[in-house]
Amino acid sequence: MYYDVIIAGFGGQGVLLIGDLLSLTAMEEGYHVSFLPSYGVEMRGGTANCTVVISSEEIGSPVVSSPHAVIVMNLPSLKKFEPMIKPGGLLILNTSLIPEKEVKRSDVERIPIPLNALAEKLGNTRLANMIALGALLEKTKVVSFRSVEASIKEALAQKYHHLIPANLEAIKKGAEFLRNSK
Amino acid sequence: MKKVFERPKSLKDTPSHFCPGCHSGLIHRLVAEAIDYFKIQERTIGVASVGCSVFLYNYLDVDVIEAPHGRAPAVCTGIKRVRKQNIVFTIQGDGDLAAIGTSEIIHTANRGENITVIFINNAVYGMTGGQMAPTTLLGQRTTTSPYGRDVQQEGYPVRMVELLSGLEGSAFIARAAVNKPANLMKAKKLIRRAFEMQINNMGFSMVEVLSACPTNWGLKPLEANRRVEEEMIPCFPLGVFKEKIQGSEDSRG
Amino acid sequence: MLKKVFIKGNEAIARAAVDAGCRYYFGYPITPQSDIPEYLSKVLPKLGGEFIQAESEIASINMLMGASAAGARSMTSSSGPGISLKQEGLSYMAGSELPGVVVNVARCGPGLGGIAPSQAEYFQATKGGGHGDYRLIVLAPESGQEMYDLTFKAFDLADKYRNPAMILADGMLGQMKEPVLLQPPRKMDLPDKDWVLSGAKGRPQNIIKSLYLGDKELERHTWQLWEKYQRMKKEDVMFEAREIKDARLIIAAFGSCARIAKSTLRQARAEGLKVGLIRPITLFPFPEEIFRQASIDTKMFLTIEMNTGQMVEDVRLSVSPGTVVYFYGRPPGAGSLPSPDEILREIKKVYEPSSE
Repeated sequence: MYYDVIIAGFGGQGVLLIGDLLSLTAMEEGYHVSFLPSYGVEMRGGTANCTVVISSEEIGSPVVSSPHAVIVMNLPSLKKFEPMIKPGGLLILNTSLIPEKEVKRSDVERIPIPLNALAEKLGNTRLANMIALGALLEKTKVVSFRSVEASIKEALAQKYHHLIPANLEAIKKGAEFLRNSK
Repeated sequence: MKKVFERPKSLKDTPSHFCPGCHSGLIHRLVAEAIDYFKIQERTIGVASVGCSVFLYNYLDVDVIEAPHGRAPAVCTGIKRVRKQNIVFTIQGDGDLAAIGTSEIIHTANRGENITVIFINNAVYGMTGGQMAPTTLLGQRTTTSPYGRDVQQEGYPVRMVELLSGLEGSAFIARAAVNKPANLMKAKKLIRRAFEMQINNMGFSMVEVLSACPTNWGLKPLEANRRVEEEMIPCFPLGVFKEKIQGSEDSRG
Repeated sequence: MLKKVFIKGNEAIARAAVDAGCRYYFGYPITPQSDIPEYLSKVLPKLGGEFIQAESEIASINMLMGASAAGARSMTSSSGPGISLKQEGLSYMAGSELPGVVVNVARCGPGLGGIAPSQAEYFQATKGGGHGDYRLIVLAPESGQEMYDLTFKAFDLADKYRNPAMILADGMLGQMKEPVLLQPPRKMDLPDKDWVLSGAKGRPQNIIKSLYLGDKELERHTWQLWEKYQRMKKEDVMFEAREIKDARLIIAAFGSCARIAKSTLRQARAEGLKVGLIRPITLFPFPEEIFRQASIDTKMFLTIEMNTGQMVEDVRLSVSPGTVVYFYGRPPGAGSLPSPDEILREIKKVYEPSSE
């Protein structure tokens, strides 16, 4: 098994958090993982991204030039990462902030989700990232929901532990959205 | 017969490399006397700086490390943080402390590091041959201020004692001279007091000692002593500028 | 019990330092290594140690010098411009034969450069860096696990040789999170530190210095340092060699580049290209011998670096006569990490099918 994904968005949209959670969960499932975040000046500019590699074998490069999947939470991220997706790969995009007509590639599988709108329905726009993660998990089954449930405590800082149920609910919501849109 | 003069125990019996009329030897002796007075020779660690003061280990019979130019206060900090029971001191010259090492001395004082600094100010770079120092007097000729120190060109002599007294971390800051017996006796007391501050965990202590450098000043020893009296002391007034009282609110002892 | 944690490379270094018995840290904030002081500022005071955020990189290396002279395991860390400022202190420490660990989570230069990962400090790290004829022990990790293991090792080697040791990592290795097995290796059998400054009680004074003015005194001292470096070459060289036995071409790379090249290696083998990899782990002492041996049969080498050609000089000095050493480099900066595909293309440019 080998899977890699780039997750990108504005700073504050929680893209690093879901990358971290995904990696940690994969580690707990026994995989080799690497989680490479953007840092420093790059973060101050307001965009953040991370590359997650999950593999049953030792990971060589943690840097990925043509990922299996890309999750983009905002328009600049779409522009930057859409061209890199492996042909036949997956593009999850946040249609609350990205007009779908901006998507250029026809050789990738497109999953448009109004992440912010769905999160608002759940009562907290900050859950948009978890909804995206839910969709990725539903689509790829790269790790199980049960494993995420087990590892989320470690990925979230203590002071956010009271939000764990809401986060898990959002992940379920993302999965459900994908099932219903089929 | 009564013995009236004796070499301090922590001062080594060795020929001095200091020039005739230089005050450094006297100042080293005062430090040795303070170490003997408090019986701390076996737990004292010295940090040698760069310049005429580099041979500290040849004169004082204590553990010594050589620091890079200007960095002695930082090296002292590292030692003292590891060995809080030891007494840590350095002897720095004016180029070392007041030019290349200004950052280290200011922040060490500001942190209130519990160390003792003896600052020998002779208004020139001694070891390198008498170049202008940050403490060179206005109008004073040196090998790099051949026309005399000019305010427009080189600015004013730096008064480190006044500067460091303004920092809250400083516990004891004083200036002394050893150009005549009365001053020498005061210097002895002040240096002793500086070590006492450290022993009592009061924080950063420093004594600046005005020193003659007849060789680089181009003066005879007695003339040099006169210059300390007539030119240096007016520019660098003697006395205690800062002294925290033990048990007071701002003391750590 | 071994514990597996998912942490940044920088945190792996900080934890290794603590596990190796380091209780004193002196540093100054600079991207991309600030996680190290942040972690240690939380942990060290609780362990009876000391954390000082110094006024400068210069002060921090000199505090390290003092703590080390006082006999304590201690560390500083920085990056690019900060490591340049520490060169004075490193020269004094090497000259005074003081241990101590310095971490360089490298970023780009010259000048302010940038914060992307870099390997452009290979020369600075391995050829001395400051004034005088000396060397640092230089360890180059390629993963979170090695950030941990090699930092631990660096303390042992520094103490063994009474010489500063450097971890030469980079921004990618520092910021990347990976699973790390916390497995404090057993401490080496190290000589007593009878040279430390502790107060001359019941013994003659200890003197730690680097000034030698006597006739031929400094020459003697420098040869003694040299002998120490020769001993490192005999006893403490570390490298990783992969699939070099039948290789027609061997990639030489360290740290992040080696890590990326491992993906290339897999791709190349899958395509039937006989490619191997030698990854120096100690950059000083450099693994000269494996390069000499491997180049008896393999005559084509390709050195990959994030710079315009530094380690390649040591590879060329080490290989047997008649070996061709190619170089592919990307000077560091945002967006200039080489990709596995890119390295494969470079291999194909020089790789000719065997005539057999």
